[in-house]
Amino acid sequence: MNFFSILWEQNEINEITLQPECFPDLNLDQVIQAITARKQEYNLKPLYYTPPNDLLTIRYRQEIARDLNNEVLIDALKAFAEQMVRVRRYLALSEKLDHHYHQAGWFLEAALVYGKALVDLGEGISAISLCSKGLLAFREILQRYLHSQAFETFFAEAKKVKEALQRVRYCIILQNGTVRVRRYEGEVDYSVEVEKTFAKFKQGAVKDYHSDLSRRSGMNHVEAQILDFVARLYPEEFAALDRFYRHQQNFVDETIARFDREIQFYLAYLDFVAEIQRKGLNFCVPEVVTDKNISACQTFDLALAHTLRFEKQEIVPNDFYLRDSERVIIITGPNQGGKTTFARMFGQLHYLAKLGLPVPGREARLFLCDQIFTHFERQEDLRNLSGKLQDDLERIRHILDHATSNSILVLNEVFSSTTFEDAVFLSKEIMRKISHLDACCVWVTFLDELSTFNEKTVSMVSTVKPDNAVERTYKIIRQPADGLAYAFSLAEKHRLTYRQIVDRIQP
Amino acid sequence: MRVFLLYPDRDFNLKGELPPQTEALVKDLELDIVLDTMAQGDSFLRTVSRQALMSSLEDPQVIRYRQMILQDCLNNPDTVRELYQIPVQALITKQKQWLGIFSLYPSSILSSAVELLEMFVGLLRKMRRIVDEHGEHFHSAGFQRFFNMIRQELDEAYFVEIESHLKELRFRDGVLISAELGMGNEGQNYVLRKPKRAKGNWKERVFSKRSPVYSFSIPPRDDHGAKAIGELRDRGINSVANAVAQSADHIDSFLNVLRVELGFYVACLNLAERLAEIGQPICFPDPYPATTRVHTFRGLYDVCLALTVNHPVVGNELNGDGKDLVMITGANQGGKSTFLRSIGVAQLMMQCGMFVGAESFAANCCNGLFTHYKREEDATMKSGKFDEELGRMSEIVNWLKPNALVLFNESFAATNEHEGSEIARQIVKALIDRRIKVFFVTHMYELAHRFYEPGLTNALFLRAERQEDGQRTFKLREGKPLPTSFGQDVFQKVFQQR
Repeated sequence: MNFFSILWEQNEINEITLQPECFPDLNLDQVIQAITARKQEYNLKPLYYTPPNDLLTIRYRQEIARDLNNEVLIDALKAFAEQMVRVRRYLALSEKLDHHYHQAGWFLEAALVYGKALVDLGEGISAISLCSKGLLAFREILQRYLHSQAFETFFAEAKKVKEALQRVRYCIILQNGTVRVRRYEGEVDYSVEVEKTFAKFKQGAVKDYHSDLSRRSGMNHVEAQILDFVARLYPEEFAALDRFYRHQQNFVDETIARFDREIQFYLAYLDFVAEIQRKGLNFCVPEVVTDKNISACQTFDLALAHTLRFEKQEIVPNDFYLRDSERVIIITGPNQGGKTTFARMFGQLHYLAKLGLPVPGREARLFLCDQIFTHFERQEDLRNLSGKLQDDLERIRHILDHATSNSILVLNEVFSSTTFEDAVFLSKEIMRKISHLDACCVWVTFLDELSTFNEKTVSMVSTVKPDNAVERTYKIIRQPADGLAYAFSLAEKHRLTYRQIVDRIQP
Repeated sequence: MRVFLLYPDRDFNLKGELPPQTEALVKDLELDIVLDTMAQGDSFLRTVSRQALMSSLEDPQVIRYRQMILQDCLNNPDTVRELYQIPVQALITKQKQWLGIFSLYPSSILSSAVELLEMFVGLLRKMRRIVDEHGEHFHSAGFQRFFNMIRQELDEAYFVEIESHLKELRFRDGVLISAELGMGNEGQNYVLRKPKRAKGNWKERVFSKRSPVYSFSIPPRDDHGAKAIGELRDRGINSVANAVAQSADHIDSFLNVLRVELGFYVACLNLAERLAEIGQPICFPDPYPATTRVHTFRGLYDVCLALTVNHPVVGNELNGDGKDLVMITGANQGGKSTFLRSIGVAQLMMQCGMFVGAESFAANCCNGLFTHYKREEDATMKSGKFDEELGRMSEIVNWLKPNALVLFNESFAATNEHEGSEIARQIVKALIDRRIKVFFVTHMYELAHRFYEPGLTNALFLRAERQEDGQRTFKLREGKPLPTSFGQDVFQKVFQQR
């Protein structure tokens, strides 16, 4: 079969197994952890660590993601995935077993599930209207495979062998330490007789005394000995099994196996998204562009939305845009007002868009960046207490050394532990460099001064309720930084405005 | 096999949910006295009696079904008590010999179940003997059905059949199990089979194609092998162990049901015998459907009072057919509360199929009996007394349905008479208009008067009787409400005694 990947049309990049540096700051580590938690066996993380760099691949993936907005298709793919899990489990089991017919038995089970998985998938997706190049190509490949001589013979043989084995019935007679095995000869079910005798006493529901004798698959030497005898009683059935086992080793097709893993890149993400959508939040396939007129509407922090997905607490979506020469969003306003969340969200959006996946929001136009750099305040490191400022500056230096005009920068409370004057001075210096770099940037700061730095800066502010300054709205809106507005409302609450004080202090 | 001695078509539910007002009823009507007498110190009988008394029947036919059975019991007390001893004996034996199914493994489940069944079979044989000896003296539909069932189902052939199973289940010839190949060729669907006896003529035996038999034995020291065989055996007998254990459970619960249902009648016998000792009459009441309005009796006395004072007490009569409201006024300590209690107790006894303490008694069934009595001051101090009364009333209203019966005893008097009367009037009026029957004991003249004045045909007014000299007869007579409750009399009586 030809080379085929549902992730790469061409320009395939080798999988990166190391988490991108920006992940912890953007809480993308939590997001990817949540997405992959129930899918450990696919080793999906590297797929999320390896974003493509070209629009072609991003669009290849976006088309597939759009096609997957179809429950029938999703169901068919999920059913396929579940069956493939069983195939792998049975094959692994088979390899570990000692007894030959036991081993061959589980091998046969794996073959049966595999055959059925493919036939089901072929039927399940045959009538679905697809638009994406990727899924159309896969369907084509699958149909060809299903109608190949090799597959048809394989599956028919597996079913025949199994049917014969299913007809086998035998009797075991246990008496002290002796086990006798022979064919079943029509003896009646004794418990039915006992039930019949006592049926007249039935008084409604009673306890179920069936013992739970289920246990892991496996055989002890007594059962193995019995199976040998059964094979002697039914030699033809077991000879057929032997032939199948010898001739059909390695029946799992490589392209199918690859598809089985790679399609999980989409399915796992969409599962994760679906839980959040139930809260009434929107996702969209973003327009990914190479100019810097970017915008997003009704977007939100994916990690936060995931954490609160079962809570009553509302997620407040936010909007932003940059146009013309605007590059840097300066966010100021009261603490706990959603500033950091907004900054994370900005980084997340660009990373997810680059992966070719749908992003939080009603609509979005996002920049195809080369890298995302973050600088979030770190926990004080005791080993290096005096050097915190230096450490901060070194990290920023590192960022500025590596960032290009196509990078995205997310800075959060950079110099909060220095003096005010120092912070203003250092921040302005950094700002000058970023401005020169012409990179897109979100910067959360307590310094109002930065918001009017030059024509590239845009001021956004976290807001409070007009009538109650203590209550946050979690809305971040485009408006001039005005520390006073907040201070004023607090003063009013404490009856310390001019009018209030004049009124309270009688002449 | 079903017992059906309390209902013609179903079992009595000893754990059924009781109406929400149960506790108030027990307290207000002093039912503990009745229940103690029925139980005679047996806590099980007390539980059964309480459950039966409080879960009222509303269908006169079912009430009559029980009345007939109870009549049989009154006629044959010794036989009934002997029958009752069968389930009691089963219980005692189980407890004494630690019989029961406690294990989790099929082998031991099976052997305990077989042991249990052997004990039950002995008791069932005994029951059959009692039925054979005394059955002819019982005439009620309930007992006749029950005895006929015993005669038909538990014949000698059946006992032989059971005993042969119990023998077979010891597996002297080994355990024969059939199996199939499941996933991975692992054995599955283990089913215990009954070995075919070597029957049939010689031709069949010679020409039938027998399967080859392969066998192996595990060496004596092979513990793993022995365990594996044990597991296989457990799988094989899992279903039959379940079947046998469930059969044992079924018989056990049959005997339990019998213990409950006969227990009720034994408790009734206890009460009847006690009242006979005191010299008080009993009669079977005449129940009418809940939609009708009947309340006519002679010699209705308060069973609780009789049991407490241990000598005959005064009975009352009433012609209350067609009445929705019976309002009782009159002298303090004139027997008003006693009268009201006798109404409530008789209603409950009637609606569980018992006799009542009266010479004759007819009443409509009610769709829920409620009491609203004046209570002691609330100890928790959470709410004022009047507030508390209204709170309780509001709760009762939550539960009320048409054709219920509500007994008020000096309710809503915890405020001034004018207010109390008006509130009570509105409540009572609303209840009557909602087809709820009301007995109201009150000394609030204004309340009684306001119902009396319009001359309602569906209301009846009773007065505690008082003779000229102030002596009370504890009899109630029909009569218009009078504006005083003769409190002076009581006052004087109390102070004269000093």
